Amino acid sequence: MDAAAQSASPVLSAAFRDKLAALLGTDQIRPASPADAIFGVQPHLILEPATEQQLATALHFANEAGLAVIPRGGGTKVAWGNPPSRADLILSAARLNRIIEHAWADLTVTVEAGCTMQTLQQTLAQHGQRLALDPLWPEKATVGGILSTNDSGALRLRFGSLRDLIIGVTIALPDGKLATSGGKVVKNVAGYDLPKLVTGALGTLGIITRAVFRLHSVPRYARSYSISTVNAEEAQRLVLAIQDSQLAHAALQSHFSSDASPTSDILFEGTEAGLEAQAVHLRALCRSAQMSEAPPNAWNARQELWSFSDPASTAIAKVSILPTDIVRTIELFRRTAEPHRLRWKSLVYATGLGWLRVEGPAENLHRALSSLRAELEKMGGSFVLLYRPAELSSFDAWGSPGDSLPLMKAIKHQLDPAYTLNPGRFLGGI
Amino acid sequence: MNASILNEFRSIVGDRGLVSSLEERHTYECDGLTNFRVLPCAVLLPTSIEQVQSILRLCHREKIPFVARGAGTGLSGGALPVENGIVLSLARMNRILEVDIPNARVTVEPGVINLDVTSRVQPHEYFYAPDPSSQSVCSIGGNVAENAGGAHCLKYGFTTTHVIGLEVVLPDGSLVHLGGKTLDTPGYDLAGVFVGSEGTLGVATKIILRIVKRPECVRTLLAAFPSTNEAGAAVSGIIAAGMLPAAIEMMDHLAIQAAEAAVHANYPDCGGLLLVELDGPLAEVEALLAHVDEICRSNGAWEIRVAQSDAERALVWKGRKAAFAAMGRISPNYIVQDGVIPRTALPRVMSEIARLSKENALRVANVFHAGDGNLHPLVLYDRRIAGQEEAALALSMKILELCLAAGGSITGEHGVGEEKKCMMAKMFAEPDLATMQRVRCAFDPLQLSNPTKVFPTPRLCGEKPGEYISHALESAGLAERF
Repeated sequence: MDAAAQSASPVLSAAFRDKLAALLGTDQIRPASPADAIFGVQPHLILEPATEQQLATALHFANEAGLAVIPRGGGTKVAWGNPPSRADLILSAARLNRIIEHAWADLTVTVEAGCTMQTLQQTLAQHGQRLALDPLWPEKATVGGILSTNDSGALRLRFGSLRDLIIGVTIALPDGKLATSGGKVVKNVAGYDLPKLVTGALGTLGIITRAVFRLHSVPRYARSYSISTVNAEEAQRLVLAIQDSQLAHAALQSHFSSDASPTSDILFEGTEAGLEAQAVHLRALCRSAQMSEAPPNAWNARQELWSFSDPASTAIAKVSILPTDIVRTIELFRRTAEPHRLRWKSLVYATGLGWLRVEGPAENLHRALSSLRAELEKMGGSFVLLYRPAELSSFDAWGSPGDSLPLMKAIKHQLDPAYTLNPGRFLGGI
Repeated sequence: MNASILNEFRSIVGDRGLVSSLEERHTYECDGLTNFRVLPCAVLLPTSIEQVQSILRLCHREKIPFVARGAGTGLSGGALPVENGIVLSLARMNRILEVDIPNARVTVEPGVINLDVTSRVQPHEYFYAPDPSSQSVCSIGGNVAENAGGAHCLKYGFTTTHVIGLEVVLPDGSLVHLGGKTLDTPGYDLAGVFVGSEGTLGVATKIILRIVKRPECVRTLLAAFPSTNEAGAAVSGIIAAGMLPAAIEMMDHLAIQAAEAAVHANYPDCGGLLLVELDGPLAEVEALLAHVDEICRSNGAWEIRVAQSDAERALVWKGRKAAFAAMGRISPNYIVQDGVIPRTALPRVMSEIARLSKENALRVANVFHAGDGNLHPLVLYDRRIAGQEEAALALSMKILELCLAAGGSITGEHGVGEEKKCMMAKMFAEPDLATMQRVRCAFDPLQLSNPTKVFPTPRLCGEKPGEYISHALESAGLAERF
């Protein structure tokens, strides 16, 4: 059943409200406000279960009553994806915020989904450890939300993304069951790898209630450099040369924009002697390009893309390309933006993942975004829209689904047959 | 298998692609786990994606179960044929299709041998990181099915870390692309689900791999300890110091003796041997190596050697990688297990294993990937002595129960396969297994793809978990179930 084909939501019945009241305390149920609407779709209630079992049961009640559920953590990325076809309840993980076990000697942590990244990192830091991930808005973003959106930053080059860091997960399913897969050890191949299935699934298969991660040490020493280049060709050459070198850098990103020449930032972590030697090696690779200490906010660049002035005329997309296509892609941005009188700014990691912010009149944005997506998909890449003005809310966030869409729908049908979870928000109408 | 279906198979793969004689079929009756054997009805060796699709379409039409097979080196019976089924050998689909050095990607067919990927990119100073001990003979397709690991996955990750895209023939014969050459393709991470699914979700026909630049320098340190307890304490010390070596391996006295007898690796004769490999920029590695040396000495290491040349390093690894096969030197038969424990549980679990060994009068040799807590206890026995094989099997399962009790897993890299499916219900609760089963049904509603593996009690797709449906005879009052 396609989400779009479904009828409008029923109004919450008295019987349903009674069931909720028996399950949750009065302080755990409150009416949703207009600020809780997603693309103008207004949910009725916000539920804040305090245990995994409560959350699973609330989800089950909603599923039985035919209501649509929007899972929510810190709410920082709740507008990612397409507008929901229905939204009745927000199921918040705000109270599921415990750090259950930091097994520091084993370099693992078990944490509930509503814990913020910042709280988690502060706890891990007491033993000199970290989850080697730099997601957006760590002070508000929760483990569950970060997982569901598969958010990752510059550190991904060295440490991989969430799929490489998560080792176990528990999800609540619409039938009220709590299902666990993976485990608490870093190496484990027993059963299907469902932690990967729910990472990046935007909460459409089940609601993540807890996760287990492998951890890394906080480095003793770290040093960052910025390298200025004259154009995209030189920037790409530098990135590919560094990637092909024996430097052991942790992150490498390049900034491009409509009104400045490119710069690249590189991060080294390790021992003092090691960092010194790598800086010498890097200087040799830079040739004529100018190298200096990086500014302190260099690794905040991704988040700064969201500091824009006019929400009605801004779009932000995640772009995925091959590293050898950086020049082509930057050229494409320029070629597409100029005739539409758009300003743009882009951050591209050495992994080929990048972020693009485009600013200008909404009707011009629409045309530019369509053409960018078409061109990038032709190159074998992808273009996922993360932020767009309300006027463009019908512009599909995801792009072409490819030949595995029927399989994805079959999985959705197996785990959430009534399209209770985030209906219509994911790829291909899922 | 009836002759007309056999002929249909023959028309797809030709005479050379069909193995149907009894003697030849015996070659495929087991994989690396030789105590389970089932004779397949036929073995097919396709050479193209289209042939794989045609075979699976025919299997789908006739509801014939199939088992895909790479090099047959698996240690859990994953490639064991199923009754009345066929074996699909991917050995002839062994081309490296694309080598893209600037983007660090290699695209291969499933029959390509693991080590051949590294050999191919070696001139550019790259390597393919997952390195199971069988890497000179095992295939990438099999590695994908099992999510193969190896000594260096401590730092570099497992097969799943290095597979970014797959072309898969689903059990109904349709072709799908999961993931891709670029990262984060929109939609569910089905490549992540497929890797490690032990052949139960379909057949991979093309695999896009990530390769890694060779580090500037590699140092391998060998430290001899009085026992595995001291060696284990050193491992904890290394991890606590914030280091992430490329590999940390441990062997106990019995394992060292066997490796010495087999390949003369020139290991010190000790109770616990630690092998630590560090790689990266030279200055970084030198600094860390000094630190590892210090940690080992302070934990009672009485001899420390650093392999001085590539040849010495190769010899050190040869002893470790040959450890399983070397058991043949000290015991007529052995069972290898693959449990995982949190590193910190090592001393406790080791002494429990020693106790079980004594109680059952069976020797157990131990080889581990100590850095990630992956144990490979080798239970030694003699099949000719009545009852010993059963006792050895029972002991190896008890060791897995120890691992579970310590918060670990029944398998770190060998897979569940046929051998450990009975243990799955001890590791996972009913809703966990039911959820995995639902995912399986999305890929393979008729349950034709390696149907009897991984899960303890296969259920039909669409069957509600937990609900007992009584047999017609019961309903009619003609039979009772106890």
